[in-house]
Amino acid sequence: MLPEIPQDLYYLLSAVLFTIGAIGVITRRNAIVIFMCIELMLNAVNLSFITSGNFLNSLDGTIFVIFIMAVAAAEAAVGLAIFVLIFRLKGTVHVDEVNLLKG
Amino acid sequence: MIGIGLGFKWFIFVVMALTAVGASIIMVTRKNPIHSALWLIVTFFSIAVLYVTLNATFIAVAQVMVYAGAVMMLVIFVIMLIHLEWGARLGHKKSFPKLIGSIITIILFLQILAGVYTYSNTGQHGIYTAQKLAEIGNTRAVGTVLYGKYAFAFEIASILLLVGIVGAVLLARKRKEQER
Amino acid sequence: MDALIPASEFRWIVPEMILTGFGLVLLIMGCLTRGPVASKISGVLCIAGSLFALIFTVKMWGMNLDIFNQLYTIDNFGTFFKSLFLAILILVALVSLRYADREEIGGGEYYALLMFGVLGMMVMTSSHHFVTIFIGLEVMSLAIYVLCGLLRSELASVEAALKYFLLGAFATGFLLYGMSMIYGSTGLIDVVDLKKYFLMKQPFSATMFIIGLGFLLVGFGFKIASVPFHMWTPDVYQGAPTSITAYMATGVKAAAFGALIRVFFTAFIPFQFGWSEIIWVLAVLTMTVGNITALVQRDVKRILAYSSIAHAGYILVAFITGDRGEASSMLYYLMAYSFMNIGAFTAVIVVQRKGDNTSDLDSFAGLGARHPFIALCMSVFLLSLAGVPPLAGFMGKFYVFSTAVKAQYYWLAIIGFLNSVVAAYYYLRVMMYMYFREPIGEAAGAVDRAPQYGLVMLICMWALLHMGIFPRTFIVMAQKAVGIFG
Repeated sequence: MLPEIPQDLYYLLSAVLFTIGAIGVITRRNAIVIFMCIELMLNAVNLSFITSGNFLNSLDGTIFVIFIMAVAAAEAAVGLAIFVLIFRLKGTVHVDEVNLLKG
Repeated sequence: MIGIGLGFKWFIFVVMALTAVGASIIMVTRKNPIHSALWLIVTFFSIAVLYVTLNATFIAVAQVMVYAGAVMMLVIFVIMLIHLEWGARLGHKKSFPKLIGSIITIILFLQILAGVYTYSNTGQHGIYTAQKLAEIGNTRAVGTVLYGKYAFAFEIASILLLVGIVGAVLLARKRKEQER
Repeated sequence: MDALIPASEFRWIVPEMILTGFGLVLLIMGCLTRGPVASKISGVLCIAGSLFALIFTVKMWGMNLDIFNQLYTIDNFGTFFKSLFLAILILVALVSLRYADREEIGGGEYYALLMFGVLGMMVMTSSHHFVTIFIGLEVMSLAIYVLCGLLRSELASVEAALKYFLLGAFATGFLLYGMSMIYGSTGLIDVVDLKKYFLMKQPFSATMFIIGLGFLLVGFGFKIASVPFHMWTPDVYQGAPTSITAYMATGVKAAAFGALIRVFFTAFIPFQFGWSEIIWVLAVLTMTVGNITALVQRDVKRILAYSSIAHAGYILVAFITGDRGEASSMLYYLMAYSFMNIGAFTAVIVVQRKGDNTSDLDSFAGLGARHPFIALCMSVFLLSLAGVPPLAGFMGKFYVFSTAVKAQYYWLAIIGFLNSVVAAYYYLRVMMYMYFREPIGEAAGAVDRAPQYGLVMLICMWALLHMGIFPRTFIVMAQKAVGIFG
């Protein structure tokens, strides 16, 4: 007899996805790919919220996820406008010259 | 997911979890942004299926529509629009900050693992059990809470979307010099 | 069944509604009309709207209630910050009346985004519910991502927007993950509920909770620009239009600190052992890195950017103590800091020329002889930033460090004091350029004089002198504001 799927596994999956996304943000150079990695991180967060909500019998997590989705959509609009703008000026969306990690 | 055998649920979970992880790893490592985008959509779909196993059917549908539908459409549209020169300049520069950043991220991951390992389901429990959700319907329950308790946040979110739209138009419209 | 919103509760959010209403009107105006006149009218409308909102906000002083099913709170802490944001908005809009026209970024949308940004800050600091805090934070951030990139033909500005956007979204991911872990371990996403939960000693997964706190700190640390999440600050502050830099340096920092203080001082004081040591290290690093790097900068905007990092470190010094009564020192400091920075950035705007977003030290050379008033104002702001009595900057530092001493963080106070000594060097260096250097090249005489700038600088100067010489009123106000944590 199998047990119910423990929530630890969902949290683990969420952590793995979050880490993959974070490493992608740090190592990739294409702004659009970086943006996609951030979306992946947000999805990992959503998964963790839904998991908690399900196992705590609460809908607050679900509501939070709806708002995160709204934010992700709005961020996508603004972010992609910025990418288009920088592409017009520089002809590339590589972030080498912008160098995210250097002050 | 009431009424489905546990074995099948495990099967779905394992397959979808592995797909999500695999597709996201491929997504991060692809050189062509279009491929990355398509693999990310695969990840989003498998996460949507996982939401169904977590009794969150409404979010599963919203996930497909908002992420896979709207956000990724926009991303692919922009990639097409600006003809990414993905063939050029692919040499991977090893840089010290990136290495440090990755190591820090791995450390963070181990921390999360510690959190998950010691996790116990002891928090404050709510009233929306799986049975109750199935009774009143997931979408209805979510709607009641969203437009009831969370109506204020919903209103602020409308301003958020407005700022997003206005901002995007303001940034991406052509400059005056080009109009002349 | 969850209750819907009673209509009577809307009278508590009149300032927010005024801001939204004026913002919408400005957006419509922006669609219909263009040109300098329309831009001026938009600016005046923006100032008028903010003044209205400020009046209604101040009237709410002393109120203390939760509205909209605990999602929003009217209390002195929120009212204090709301008034501060509206004051910042008025000053920035005044500056923009001239600056936005000069750089051709004005128009209804510009002012509307300024107002929506402040709306986000207000929502963020006057709620103890994670959902509302997060939405407010995002409204503010989105508006600022756009405003940063408004100089659309200048690469530095667009790159600033790109950098701020990517790192901001990245940090949001961490903030959300932190919230999700706190939710996962306790089942609550409301700070006041969390406080009650801990008081009743209910069980929760401690490890996951503490890690969640850490992630929350990362998210907020990015917004307040504390080391090691400060990498974006200099480039973004330098690249953004200078009026927006003033807005970001003051508004965003105050809002992020407001939310951080509310979240941590309401519920997480019992876990001070978990975060105080980490923040101790962060505060020392933030002060030191900010000040040391500022020493070698040649661009005044960059110097001010690094100095703003250092100031975040000073404020963190008081944050570490976890002393709920003395949290007022942070509020006082933030208020003083806002006026100093808006003043200093206004002076930078005056010295900058049209279409040139840089502000090399050389352009300040000889300013004392050519434009004594501007040089005097800038000197007051710089001295206040350096912490020279009797200006507000001194009182703020004194108050913050004495909080650390009271809580027996002697080393921290000493390091903070040493840091402000180091910092004096680069502030005085700018003053030296103004008074003891000959003007270089064609820069001589080319400043952008306008009554709006003079007005803003006079207001800031008056505020700094008043807060420095008669700090009592303001300190009492700040103490009443933090009374909610008691």
